[in-house]
Amino acid sequence: MVNREAIIRLENVYFFYERFCALAGVSMDFGANRITALIGPSGCGKSTLLRLLNRMNDLIDGTRVEGRVFFEEQDIYAADADPVEIRRRIGMVFQKPNPFPKTIYKNLVYAPKLVGISKKSELDDLVESSLRQAALWEEVKDILHRSAMTLSGGQQQRLCIARALAMKPDVILMDEPTSALDPISTAKIEELMDELKKRYTIIIVTHNMQQAARISDKTAFFYLGRMIEYTDTSRIFTNPSEKQTEDYITGRFG
Amino acid sequence: MRVFEERRNVKTKRLWKERIFFTVNRLSALIIVLALGGIVTFIAKNGLSALSWDFLTLPPTDSMTKGGIMPAILGTLYLTIGSMIVAMPVGVIAAVYLSEYARQGRLLRLIRVGIHCLAGVPSVVFGLFGLALFVVFFGFGSSILSGSLTLGVLVLPSIIAATEEALRAVPQTVREASLALGVSKWETTLRVVLPAAAPGILTALILGIGRSAGETAPIMFTAAAFFSAKLPGSIFDEVMALPYHIYVLATAGTHIEQTRPIQYGTALVLLMLVLGVNLAAILLRSSIRRKKTW
Repeated sequence: MVNREAIIRLENVYFFYERFCALAGVSMDFGANRITALIGPSGCGKSTLLRLLNRMNDLIDGTRVEGRVFFEEQDIYAADADPVEIRRRIGMVFQKPNPFPKTIYKNLVYAPKLVGISKKSELDDLVESSLRQAALWEEVKDILHRSAMTLSGGQQQRLCIARALAMKPDVILMDEPTSALDPISTAKIEELMDELKKRYTIIIVTHNMQQAARISDKTAFFYLGRMIEYTDTSRIFTNPSEKQTEDYITGRFG
Repeated sequence: MRVFEERRNVKTKRLWKERIFFTVNRLSALIIVLALGGIVTFIAKNGLSALSWDFLTLPPTDSMTKGGIMPAILGTLYLTIGSMIVAMPVGVIAAVYLSEYARQGRLLRLIRVGIHCLAGVPSVVFGLFGLALFVVFFGFGSSILSGSLTLGVLVLPSIIAATEEALRAVPQTVREASLALGVSKWETTLRVVLPAAAPGILTALILGIGRSAGETAPIMFTAAAFFSAKLPGSIFDEVMALPYHIYVLATAGTHIEQTRPIQYGTALVLLMLVLGVNLAAILLRSSIRRKKTW
């Protein structure tokens, strides 16, 4: 059963750290131009799953993937798949804002320059459009050549989003993007995500269930490396079909 | 809220322990500072009288009992620069391999232990190694080239170890930030990791320079001339060098007592040279560091 608008599709995926099995038999689709939330207690495999989608887990020695992961119907773990190419199309935003210790401008043009965009006007446009999409332009347009480290945590995180957008990806993976931020910055980023889903597919890992309920279209609940339930967000939070899901979202464990 | 009340004798004991501990700390720091200050003032006091413009710019004369040490200063500069040309690229590239590319595991740990052991091998052993390999086997003779290579090999392990340490101190999140943008590992290392580790790498190089400039044993058999009237014309010529010059004047000469001021003067020049290099590098490092914080 292939979902026509699925941009990413997992088929019976297993993931191992050495001998430890972190994901067991996960099959799921991620719909294009939607926000999908992955929730579950710590160590349930949701971050592993997220990092599997842009092959960031490759960086850890001793890991192994079984099963198939398709991005636009191409197996991203096929022998001829290029992780660098994949990461250009599937961007990522991390838990802790991690701008480079460079200027705001250089943070944004760093990767585009390496793929061959060199015209100043083109780069300038790219910087402005990325910052506008990340709702940061008005705040930083006069200080583009100041170090990104002088920004507040919330601004830094929006800069990281802008930096990912500058590569014009199709999908943005977010690994607890607001867990290090204050409520106001969090609200700004949530608002932003709602805007971004018109153009991008967003997959977000979050520990904050209200956040998942507020922003996502679909939610998947993970427990001990298995996907327990995956359905519309409105449904999973009001009428979950699995007992474990209900226990988790009502705060009985995790 | 009720606070736990510490019993009196427990409190007295705690305060005493703290006092003793701080005193020991202060004393250790003081001993180090005094020792260093003592050496520097001793050499300065004895060597200052020998210093003059002529001392720095003229070659030795009258069987090295008069004149200057210009050839030795120049020789030490050549050898130090030469050894850095050898050790810097090799050391940094090897460290990048170990830290960024090699698969972490038992073999890598073994290599690391080996490097640390090599860093502790006495320098005279490196001297003999240089003699056997560069002077004799490759036929470079006693020359700047042989000396530079030997000194380069000598400082290589510590440069690799310290550079690797600096690279590993770069937070993983910085690498991930770059890789997640679809930047290759090679570009990430070159443009993000190495610049972030630059202050630490610079420290490694400074230490290498200091060691390289001050070593006597490794150049004794591979580069240093007892006395040469002319300056080296190529890297295949022998040179005089400051540490070896001190050694020669202080032990092998026929006018040991007579040349004491020259010995101390030479030591002072060497000391100032090394301190000067260190100071310059420290300033450079702190200016880099000010720009990089996370």
